[in-house]
Amino acid sequence: MNRSLRPLAATAVIFALAYAASIFQFPGMFSTRVLGNFLTDNAFLGITAVGMTFVIISGGIDLSVGAIIGFTGVLIAVLIGWAGIHPLAAFAIALVVAGAFGAAMGAAIHYLEVPPFIVTLAGMFLARGAASVITQDSIPVTHEFYGKVTSTYWLMPGGGRLSLIGALMILVFIVGALVAHRTRFGSNVYALGGNAVSAALMGVPVARTTILIYTLSATLSGLAGIVFSLYTSAGYPLAAVGVELDAIGAVVIGGTLLTGGYGFVAGTFIGVMLQGLVQTYIIFDGTLSSWWTKIVIGGLLFVFIVLQRLVFSASSSRSKGFWKLKHE
Amino acid sequence: MKLKKFSRLINPQSIALVVVLLVNWALFPGFFNVTWQDGRLFGSLIDVLNRGVPVAILAIGMSAVIATKGVDLSVGAVMAISGAVAATLVTDGYPAYVAVLAALAIGIVCGVWNGILVAFLEIQPIIATLVLMVAGRGIAQLITAGSIVTFSDPLLIFIGTGSFAGLPMPVVIAIVLLVLSVFLVRSSAVGLFIESVGVNRAAASLAGIRSGLLLVAVYGFSGFCAAVSGLIVAGDIKGADANNAGLWLELDAILAVVIGGTSLLGGRFSIAMSVLGAIIIQAMNTGILVSGFPPEFNLVVKAGVIILIFTMQSPLATRFIESRKNARALARKAS
Repeated sequence: MNRSLRPLAATAVIFALAYAASIFQFPGMFSTRVLGNFLTDNAFLGITAVGMTFVIISGGIDLSVGAIIGFTGVLIAVLIGWAGIHPLAAFAIALVVAGAFGAAMGAAIHYLEVPPFIVTLAGMFLARGAASVITQDSIPVTHEFYGKVTSTYWLMPGGGRLSLIGALMILVFIVGALVAHRTRFGSNVYALGGNAVSAALMGVPVARTTILIYTLSATLSGLAGIVFSLYTSAGYPLAAVGVELDAIGAVVIGGTLLTGGYGFVAGTFIGVMLQGLVQTYIIFDGTLSSWWTKIVIGGLLFVFIVLQRLVFSASSSRSKGFWKLKHE
Repeated sequence: MKLKKFSRLINPQSIALVVVLLVNWALFPGFFNVTWQDGRLFGSLIDVLNRGVPVAILAIGMSAVIATKGVDLSVGAVMAISGAVAATLVTDGYPAYVAVLAALAIGIVCGVWNGILVAFLEIQPIIATLVLMVAGRGIAQLITAGSIVTFSDPLLIFIGTGSFAGLPMPVVIAIVLLVLSVFLVRSSAVGLFIESVGVNRAAASLAGIRSGLLLVAVYGFSGFCAAVSGLIVAGDIKGADANNAGLWLELDAILAVVIGGTSLLGGRFSIAMSVLGAIIIQAMNTGILVSGFPPEFNLVVKAGVIILIFTMQSPLATRFIESRKNARALARKAS
């Protein structure tokens, strides 16, 4: 087997084993109903994680995603509820605002040569703060369009419901995988994460790619905000706190290296599903408390990181600091 | 010699602090009033110091970690764990000193765990500490069984709210920690070792520094600082809140270190300046509160400060200033 596919295979095998073990204990988990809920409940996380995969493959990190989800949720609720705009128009505005925000962060990372960690940390404060300045309460969205969207689903064999937002997440993953592996932009992202200097020497447009990566991540976070808004039918400035950690966790569990230059969008999908599985298992069990989710996910993170070290320890002698600058 | 020392006091950070304090004073005229009451000092200024302590103590440990080209994201979760351990032990009937020592020990264990991941498994610090950041809060909830454990033990409460020599106890603890750590780092070669590992770990190891052990010690120290901070926060609210104790404080601590001028690329650090950074952050927080703005406004201001600092420090700005200087020099020559 191709050596570079090993982490992906390891993730897939662990997911299959974990799912099999869960089914063995709770046969009820083997149904399209559970699967449908998996997809619906984790749709916003999955969409965010696709953007995060690109960022991490490029060797960066994006801490602002959760705050952007919260901000777009509030923005949409305000636009629909106070300004009386049609949800679709509100969605378009939200995506543009989120995209512009990401572009600004990308530009700051490239032109000011500030580590992505700090820029997106400022972005996180800014987005969360802006959302809280607009409102501090949860604003309900009561538009008939929302009812229509949330009641739209496809019936899967076995009675499971594939909701519109669940389907949207799968679509985002497919498009994300195609962009990563089949387009020039995708190759540029990998090149940038592998080594920014050689990428620039090879003729990769570093400035444009960096800005596009963060624009993509923020736009997908905006989309996740829309999905979250549809999912909860409300906008709340403190919504989706900590989602950035879940997204980074999903990407790492999915086999993407945090040093950049290596990773799969498909792996992230498994990472998101594995986190969903942990949550569903805990709900099925009933006696375990919710904090076990955090402990198990932390444990999974640890296992996968060590696994990656073992797989890559032979091949990679390069040691890269996380705080590398683009032009080092 | 004296002049040199004085000029060292004039740096962007102290100017920033003075500006923030003056703005606060303009917004709230009573800001500089400090009164003596019931054997301790009261006033907004004291409050800034007192509220700034948790982040300041985290920043002490974080400075050393960042100087090694690392970062410790787990400090907020470690605070929650140490508070939870202390509160649970005290409510279970153990004497307070046992609870305090156990909480500190747990903090060191957490830090050492991070250090082993970074030093010996050679995992990037941000990921290595992410594990404990995610799992730690779960562990803290496991210890408190998901509830907020309240206690009435006088020693623990004294750590959070007592006073010593007129100053609030947390401030005294922070000063002691600051002085001890600066003394340890600067009067011996430890500080130099830390910086050399941050510049180039391989070269430092070849030069004879036991970099693995040093990294474990540095992360252990950061865990210890987080535990102290966690005890103070728990003592302050007379309870351990596993969900909210130290939430997002790791980001504030990193920010404090960065404002203090420590490079995120490692190799250079100043613990005292990081503490000053923490006080600047708290002075802004307090300023926003006393001037009647909504507390959420704080985040926007903080983001603005980060953007300002990094724009000013960026190579682009340096080049711009250089080119302006050159242009002026050229113009002078031409005339």
